[in-house]
Amino acid sequence: MSTVRDSKGRERVPSAASLRRVRWYQEARWKRLVALLVLAVVGAQVTGVQGTSTDIFYALGENFTGTGIWIWLALCVGVWVIREFLSEPVNRGWVASRDRVSQPVARVRGVWQADPRLRYGGGALLLVVLILLPLWLSTYWQQVMVDQIAIFVLLAIGLNVVIGWAGMLDLGFVAFFAIGAYSAAFWTGSLPVEPPVVLNTFLVIPIAIVTCLLAGVLLGAPTLRLRGDYLAIVTLGFHEIVYLAARNWTDFTGGSRGARMSERFVIDLGFWRFEWGLDPKPYYWLLLGFIVVIIFLFLRLEHSRVGRAWTAIREDEVAAASTGVNTVRMKLLAFAIGASTSGVAGVVYASKVAFISPENFVLLLSILVLAYVIFGGMGSIPGVLAGAALLIWLPEYLRDSVDPQDRFMYLGALLVVMMIYRPQGLLPSKRRQRELRLAEEKA
Amino acid sequence: MSTQLTKDGAAQGSSAAPALLELRELHVFYGAIEALKGVELSVAEGEVVALLGANGAGKSTTLKTASGMLKPRSGEVLLRGERVDGIPSHELVRFGIGHVPEGRRVFARMSVVENLQMGAYRLRRPDPADMDRVFTLFPRLAERRKQLAGTLSGGEQQMLAIGRALMGKPELLLLDEPSMGLAPLIVQQIFDILREINEQGTTLLLVEQNASQALQLADRGYVLETGAVVMSDDASELLTHPRVRAAYLGEAAE
Repeated sequence: MSTVRDSKGRERVPSAASLRRVRWYQEARWKRLVALLVLAVVGAQVTGVQGTSTDIFYALGENFTGTGIWIWLALCVGVWVIREFLSEPVNRGWVASRDRVSQPVARVRGVWQADPRLRYGGGALLLVVLILLPLWLSTYWQQVMVDQIAIFVLLAIGLNVVIGWAGMLDLGFVAFFAIGAYSAAFWTGSLPVEPPVVLNTFLVIPIAIVTCLLAGVLLGAPTLRLRGDYLAIVTLGFHEIVYLAARNWTDFTGGSRGARMSERFVIDLGFWRFEWGLDPKPYYWLLLGFIVVIIFLFLRLEHSRVGRAWTAIREDEVAAASTGVNTVRMKLLAFAIGASTSGVAGVVYASKVAFISPENFVLLLSILVLAYVIFGGMGSIPGVLAGAALLIWLPEYLRDSVDPQDRFMYLGALLVVMMIYRPQGLLPSKRRQRELRLAEEKA
Repeated sequence: MSTQLTKDGAAQGSSAAPALLELRELHVFYGAIEALKGVELSVAEGEVVALLGANGAGKSTTLKTASGMLKPRSGEVLLRGERVDGIPSHELVRFGIGHVPEGRRVFARMSVVENLQMGAYRLRRPDPADMDRVFTLFPRLAERRKQLAGTLSGGEQQMLAIGRALMGKPELLLLDEPSMGLAPLIVQQIFDILREINEQGTTLLLVEQNASQALQLADRGYVLETGAVVMSDDASELLTHPRVRAAYLGEAAE
């Protein structure tokens, strides 16, 4: 390929110097230009006119000749020029402005960290804002807040215990969500089979927790000796079993026709009765209550002996066992806690949407929840909350501003960019940050 | 290096007091492969016992069986005369057995202090003095208490692994090749500290490739070959025994 000839025209092995020579197109600067130009073309295509079913190249042609591509090209070349030739003044300005800001920021942070009352106050304020939030939102956004954000935040918090803290890759997490939902349907008498007693939905919650705990232990006990990839595949299989059972066990679950919930959450004190009806707001507050309680419990757990044992297991199972950690029991515990959180979410979800079918519990949801946890920052509860909320909010928000069919493409692009530039997640836990730094130092 | 022995422990080994640890007729299998073929061994309280042998002789297997990480197919592990074989390692820790596993296995992404805290996991109420004790033994660790264990040097990691095991207040410390992959100077330091740990009252059973260091520290030694004990004697005797000198000390021995 790169044969070098000496003065007499004989072929030689290329010299080291020639291999080390960097040609102009190999320089980082020009590579960046090419990358930006590609970005401009892709950007123009993505944001330009849509294709038609009769002429699939219509959009391509339109977008290459339209004004959009020139705007994109100008933008990208502009960025490149600033990056390559004006980086000095830009950096200087950036550093100067950062220095100006950093001192007050540090002072505020100091005050914030010095006084725990302030932190509690901040938390309380945030909670009040969250309680009042739906009052300012349209019904559509209220529905999104409940059906998606609150439910999936709950799922993500549960999965965080399994993945973020105990370090086990669980791809079948939504199976427990399904078990919770079908438990709710069963005990409220909404399935083709009659339950022994029809229960108030509130009473189903502890039952669903126990059911999911048992299911978690049932799955976990024989399989938790597996590690990493193997465990992931087993959980994947578990999800498929639950999903197919829901679909094909028609006598029990109603099969793919689904099940209509006949009961809703009700508080009946005789003199006062409240029913969670079609209005999403009460559901929101109910879920918010669950989330707050669960977060409080989990934060306690994280800093307990159990939390430390999980961290040790994630680091090195043999060493953890040699310091006296019962690794099997601790892993099982993480699995069961995650599963039961998922079960609670399932009960509320079933009650809220009032109709469940196996298609509500497809594998994609497991993967999405996993993405929320990783995006937010594994092992960090604030991160998981923010990650789930943001990633669910984004496609809903984009619904109005881009072609609805393209929404998840943007989500995918965001995930790719995020994992390249900020693999530790949105709000990573301190430990996770250190772990990644260490991994980089080793590499 | 001097071969001077500061200990009179050789006499303890032969005393009639019940052994702290005793292995009887241990047969351990990896699948169909018999790794231990009837190993017999005893460690008296306060002793340092070295387990020598070539690669694959069964030293680590013996140690892992003693610490509950492996289950013998037949034979007995006795702790103060009580059978403990079959008890999983995380339970055995409560009986006062500390295990420093082969290859150190520190929690790489935890700080030094967190590693030591994990070592005290078995204790409901860890004594803060324990950590001070470890830091006095290993001043190098005290300097790096906030550092992540994975960023420590090999010698420091070995120190941390030993310190972590000490945090569980073991009566008997099992060490699997504490000198593995370390510079001679560091090995010397670690063996000096092991001597100190023993003088403070902890019994040691160590597996070693570095026979000369191990026998200088130990009161007694066992030599393993293909899964069976072929020699056992006072360390000073083994150190001068022609067969041991030829096989494990090489020509370089004094």
